[in-house]
Amino acid sequence: MTERVYTVGGQDWDEVVAAADEAGEGSREEHLIVNMGPQHPSTHGVLRLILTLDGETVTELRPVVGYLHTGIEKNMEFRTWTQGVTFCTRMDYLSPLFNETAYCLAVERLLGITDAIPERASVLRVLMMELNRISSHLTAIGTFGLELGATTVFLYGMREREKVLDLFELISGLRMNHAYIRPGGVAQDLPSGALEKLREFLGVMPGLLDELHKLLDVNPVYLARTRSIAHLDLTGCMALGVTGPMLRATGLPWDLRKSQPYCGYETYEFDVPTQDSCDAYGRYLVRMDEMDQSLRIVEQCVDRLAGTRPADDPVMIANAKIGWPAQLSVGPDGMGNSADHIAHIMSQSMEALIHHFKLVTEGFRVPAGQVYAAVESPRGELGCHAVSDGGTRPYRVHFRDPSFTNLQSVSAMSEGGLVADVIAAVASIDPVMGGVDR
Amino acid sequence: MFGTETTGDTSGYGGLKVRTPPPLSSEPPYGSYFDEVVSATGAALEAAALNFGTAVERVVVAYGELTLHVRREHLVEVCRRLRDDPALAFELCGGVSGVHYLADAGRELHAVYHLLSITHNRRLRLEVSVPDADPHVPSLVAVYPTCDWHERETWDFFGIVFDGHPALTRIEMPDDWKGHPQRKDYPLGGIPVEYRGATVPPPDERRSYA
Repeated sequence: MTERVYTVGGQDWDEVVAAADEAGEGSREEHLIVNMGPQHPSTHGVLRLILTLDGETVTELRPVVGYLHTGIEKNMEFRTWTQGVTFCTRMDYLSPLFNETAYCLAVERLLGITDAIPERASVLRVLMMELNRISSHLTAIGTFGLELGATTVFLYGMREREKVLDLFELISGLRMNHAYIRPGGVAQDLPSGALEKLREFLGVMPGLLDELHKLLDVNPVYLARTRSIAHLDLTGCMALGVTGPMLRATGLPWDLRKSQPYCGYETYEFDVPTQDSCDAYGRYLVRMDEMDQSLRIVEQCVDRLAGTRPADDPVMIANAKIGWPAQLSVGPDGMGNSADHIAHIMSQSMEALIHHFKLVTEGFRVPAGQVYAAVESPRGELGCHAVSDGGTRPYRVHFRDPSFTNLQSVSAMSEGGLVADVIAAVASIDPVMGGVDR
Repeated sequence: MFGTETTGDTSGYGGLKVRTPPPLSSEPPYGSYFDEVVSATGAALEAAALNFGTAVERVVVAYGELTLHVRREHLVEVCRRLRDDPALAFELCGGVSGVHYLADAGRELHAVYHLLSITHNRRLRLEVSVPDADPHVPSLVAVYPTCDWHERETWDFFGIVFDGHPALTRIEMPDDWKGHPQRKDYPLGGIPVEYRGATVPPPDERRSYA
């Protein structure tokens, strides 16, 4: 068997076509090995796929990852427990608030303060996570459309995601990588005017989601490209550890928010949408329905936040040895501690200054041991395995990222199918390479 | 203040200390659903002509989570029983996470598995410890195919060799990389950064508060 190598970049396939012509009928036995990525618009970031093709049929597919490895887990071992939030928020950059929550729930369980988290902080966490689920699913569906050639879907998805990012900017000060959820609570309370903006958002969003439904639900091209494509049934999901919308598209209503509630999810009313088609279209429908449910939860959060507040209603744990100053304000040089807090530590109380300095530079000690805290991220079970040796910095933090685990299934879903359906398979997993490689 | 129990040094500079908390071991009753899981595991292993005490070194219940420390030679059999026995039914494996306990002589490398039973809505942690000199753990790919990439990652970062893995190659680091970066004796690296005339050293050379 001879091996010939053709280097093709961009759209110049003449050489390959000529070689195929030359081989003629005898080429039946020949296989074409195509390297797709790591720089390819349809691979959702820097994912490399090595395809072995027999004509248009994929006989073998090997995903290669690691191009976006940033050493976040290692870096977290060299910062305080609170600084860790700033790192892990950057892993899966489409769902930063879930990374933060998983990490903070793990740290809080080690500290034994899970029950001491203020009610308002939990409501804010749920609010931010559900908004994040909407923005993440909008990106998933938008890029799915783009990868199949439907630019409008992408533009609609991004336009609506922008509304969520505007809310994030208003509430946390940042559009991505918020570091908003901290061990003990959240970084700061809602700014004035946020509730009105949230209600405005709740008013317009259902209509915008309807537009997406109209664009895609019965679109013949979209149906042809997604229905019965990238099949993965329940057995396959279990074996490959696949969770999230992919698992729920096989008909199993497994959602950690319902089965192992955290942050008070058991007190909210919402459903777990499922489909039983096991294909890319089913996953799309699950994501669309989940956004409706997220809107329901956001509405309940807004109602709770708008209710009459008790006099003492903090967003950070009362324990001063753990809770960072959570009353921030915007000054001439950006967001920082409120003027009241600065005045207190700089001119009223030496002890408060020492306390602030120690807490911020040294951090707090976390009892030795290990825990595993999991949340339902837009892509599935996001677990945080945190190990402490009793010091002020994590001994080891490992994230079980759903993108990493789910991406393994792309071979099982694509082999034996057509090369064009590989794109649909990858897009229906919705992998985020920042989370895969960490 | 802040949990310091030794010198009361308020300069904050304590140098880099590595603590070694004593190994925990819990006695029954374990509480919650843990007793049920442990006795069901015992029964399932009995059926496989395996003694619970032989396969499982110790049982630890801490922070409301159950950990079984499994001897490596019995790991695959234990997992197969945990997956297939209807009373246990741990169908889903959350992959493996490595931990390097530098000071724990003779058992430096730990492979930690997080199992989930959807049938019973339970979680279970398995922990296998091996010496640095002989870092071999049997692969779980045959029982839980999802461990494929997870084991490659743990090999890549910690150098734990998973015997029986179909293709144990690096996954995150380049193929020709030397060393296993998430080990505790592997430096973080980094370069000093100049900012407004001052120089900020790389993170692992900065003053630390242990």
